[in-house]
Formats: sequence, C-alpha cells, structure tokens
Amino acid sequence: MNDLLLTGLLILIKLGMVLAVLLSMAAYLVLAERKILGRMQRRYGPNRVGFGGMLQPLADLIKLLTKEDFIPAQADKWLFMLAPGLAAVTALLAFAVVPFAPPLEIFGRQLPMVVCDLNVGILYFFGLSSLAVYGVALGGWASNSKYALLGALRAMGQMLSYELAMGLSIVPVILMARSFSLTEIVQAQASLPFALCNPVAFGIFFISALAESKRTPFDLPEAENELVAGYHTEYSGMRFGLFFVGEYLNLVVLGAIITSLFLGGWHGPLLPPIVWFLGKVLAVAFVFIWIRGTLPRLRYDQLMAFGWKILVPLALVNLLVTGGVLLWLGGAS
Amino acid sequence: MNLWRDIKGTFQPFWVTLRYLFKRPVTISYPEQKRTPPPRYRARMILTRDPEGEERCVACHLCSAACPVDCISMQAAEREDGRRQAAWFRINFARCIYCGLCAEACPTMAIQMSPEYELGNRDPLKLVWEKEDLLVDHGGKDPNYHFYRHSGIGVAAPRGGNDDELPPVNIKTNLP
Repeated sequence: MNDLLLTGLLILIKLGMVLAVLLSMAAYLVLAERKILGRMQRRYGPNRVGFGGMLQPLADLIKLLTKEDFIPAQADKWLFMLAPGLAAVTALLAFAVVPFAPPLEIFGRQLPMVVCDLNVGILYFFGLSSLAVYGVALGGWASNSKYALLGALRAMGQMLSYELAMGLSIVPVILMARSFSLTEIVQAQASLPFALCNPVAFGIFFISALAESKRTPFDLPEAENELVAGYHTEYSGMRFGLFFVGEYLNLVVLGAIITSLFLGGWHGPLLPPIVWFLGKVLAVAFVFIWIRGTLPRLRYDQLMAFGWKILVPLALVNLLVTGGVLLWLGGAS
Repeated sequence: MNLWRDIKGTFQPFWVTLRYLFKRPVTISYPEQKRTPPPRYRARMILTRDPEGEERCVACHLCSAACPVDCISMQAAEREDGRRQAAWFRINFARCIYCGLCAEACPTMAIQMSPEYELGNRDPLKLVWEKEDLLVDHGGKDPNYHFYRHSGIGVAAPRGGNDDELPPVNIKTNLP
C-alpha cells in the first residue's frame, strides 16, 4: 500500500513538473520570439516589464484575464467556448509520449522520464495533432464570422494535406527504429541521429511541422492582412489566450517530437541528458522563430501545390528508398 | 537555373536576418533617452515678447481664424496707453494638430511654434493652456522684431516717428 502511494506520489510530482516546465516554456517562448524578432529588425522588443522584460508573459496573462470575454451574438455558444480549450489541450496531451531523459533510479525503483510510454506513441501524437484541427475548425465555424470561417477552412485544408506528408516522412523513422514507441526510437538513435541517416525525411517532417504549427511561411489560416486574424478573429480575453498558448505549446511539442524523432532525443556527450533534450528543443524553436523572421508568407495555391506535388511524392519515394536500403542491409547481414 | 535562383533566394535571407540579430538596435528608448528636436520643430505654441519685454500679441484673431480645428480663442482688450492686448488667450492642445498655420498667420510674430513636444497628460483639461502658460520671456525665432517700430498707431513712437515711416500727411492742405 505504502509502495503504491509512493509510486503515485512520484508520478504526480513528475506530472506537475512537466506541466509547469511546458507551460512556462510556452509563455517564455512568446517573449523569446518577440525579442528575437525585434533584434532581427534592429529594435529591442519588450523590455519594460520586470528585468529586461522578463515579466512580460505575466503582464500579458493579467491583461488577457481581465479583458472582456466577448461572445458574438449569432455565435454557436458552446462550440465557441469549447474550441480554444481543444486547441490548447491537444497540444498539452501530445507531450505525454515524449521521453525527455533516460529512466531515473529513485527510491529503488525505475521512474521512466516520460509521462506515458505508449507503444503506439507516434500514432497517439498523430491522432492528437489531427484533433488539434478541430479546435481551429470549430472555433472558426462557431464564430459566425466570414473571416474566421475562411481562416478555419484554410487551416483545415492546410493541416490535413500536410499531415499526410508528415505521416509519410515518419514511416522511414519507424522502419529504421522498428518501433512505434518514442522511447525506443530515441534509444535507436544512441549512435547516430536519424536526421543524419535520413535527411530527406527530416526536411519533409520539418516543413510539415511548420505548416502544422501554422507558422510563418505557412501562416495562411491567420494571415493578418487578408483575414484580420483568421480563425480567432472573434475571440477575446483568455479564450484568445488559450489559442495563443496552444500555438506556442504546439511549437514546444513539435520541437520535442522533432528532437526525439530525428535529433537523437536526450542523447548527447558530456552534458546531462535533460540539458541535451531542452537544448535541442530550444534550438528547434529558435529555428522556427528565425524562419518567421526571414520568410514571407506563401500564396494559398503555392502552399497546396508544394504540399501535394512536391512533399508527398518526395516522401513516398523516400519511404520506398529507405525500405529498399533497409531490406538490402538486412538481407546482407 | 531558375530552381537554383529560387533555392538561393530562400536561404540567403537567413544569413541576413542572422547578421541583423547581432547588430545594435536603432531604437531610441524614449523616456530615458530623449532626442533634441530641430529648432524649427513644430510642437507646442508660445506667445513671445518684443525686445522691450511687452507682449507682441495684439489680439487680432488672425490665428484663431486660420486655425483649422478652432483650438485658439481669445478676448481682445486695449490698455490705457492704446496698446491692444488679449484679455485672455486660450489654446486647447487637446484639439491642436500642430499644423503651424497660426504662426504663419500672425502679423506680429507673437505666436510661434516651439520644439517642446512633451505634452502627454492623463487629464485632457490640463491640455487647455491659458495666456500665462503660453507667454515666454523671449522673442522666439526673431528676437529683434518689434511690431510697433515699423507701423502702428503711435503707441510706442509718435505717428511717423519710426525710421522707415513717413510723417503723416496733412489732410488740411492741397499741396503734396
């Protein structure tokens, strides 16, 4: 009984730490993005609140919480209230399968440093990232606004078509690691990260992840100069905040998934594994921000043509080649 | 060839943004660092004085007529020595658009634009400035200009007594 209690307590502590780190990372990514973008444009970015702007996320939170929670007159009330939560929760849940360190030995028991080591981890992540489309689509639909609806339509089309390329680029990884579990995929990269074994799959996954997170070269769902703010046009206060947080959580989670699938997860020399993991996630996030500071937005037909005519066929060919090479290697040995 | 250009055009900007990331921002952090505006900068108006220290304004209402947003109002009055002055003079800086048309219209160079731009205030009523607030102790951009030394009705000098003035015509005689 006491043993069970201790296990439960350890799991609870782990959950709390993961949640706290994830949420504060998302909050501070907003600040980091604003600062880095500012420096790239030769200005300072937020530097007034707290020490050099370090309390800006808190100030933003207070501002969002105290704003009026406005629901448009003709909106579908329940869906309107539900959608932002869906967007944030799916991003949070997707982190559950990401291993962020090797198992820890504590009080004589093994504590896996992953919230939930599913043996179908990748499929779970995939399912949740598809569910995230619902948050966007329902939010846009329930707002009863043409801009929101157009944004939601774009988001759906974009996310569904890029999901395909994303899935196809993961298959080679699964072939190489011979497992659906992210923990085992990370273990398989102990010597060489898959980004080096299979750079094409890495590139396709990275581009699809950009499209999936609705960030700059692919930020058509919220194209400010065409659609006001896209699917969250009608949202205000903390509901908008949830969409916003969801977006940055998604950034962290995609960074974590890219890290574990292609960059070798927590593997790395000298430094402790958790530092390697966090460093890799932050590096991916920096590249995302860098891309946002650099590239302009694509046109919608370019986006679709790129997804369907280049990424998907390339992913299919890459899958075929990887499978062939693995078969040949397996036959030789 | 075209594809190569496209690829180059996609990846070259990354180098540019990375370079700019390490450059110094050009921002002037306003409340800490203030830039000095040029002397002809058009910010708040002042009412200047002539070299003798008297008010230049003769309350002719030309500035308030020229004002496109009607932010200037005044009441004309006359002193015992015949000198015209404004009994009160009021500028509502909450309405003022700092176009400078009043300063252009002023025949005596009394109202002038000054580079003092920090008028920000939480109470709009504090932006209504009275004559005492607007008057300054100097002549502004042309400190030597003295309206009554060039024309006028014999206030500062007797009629025709100024250097560039002819004596008044004797209307009782036919001879030139």
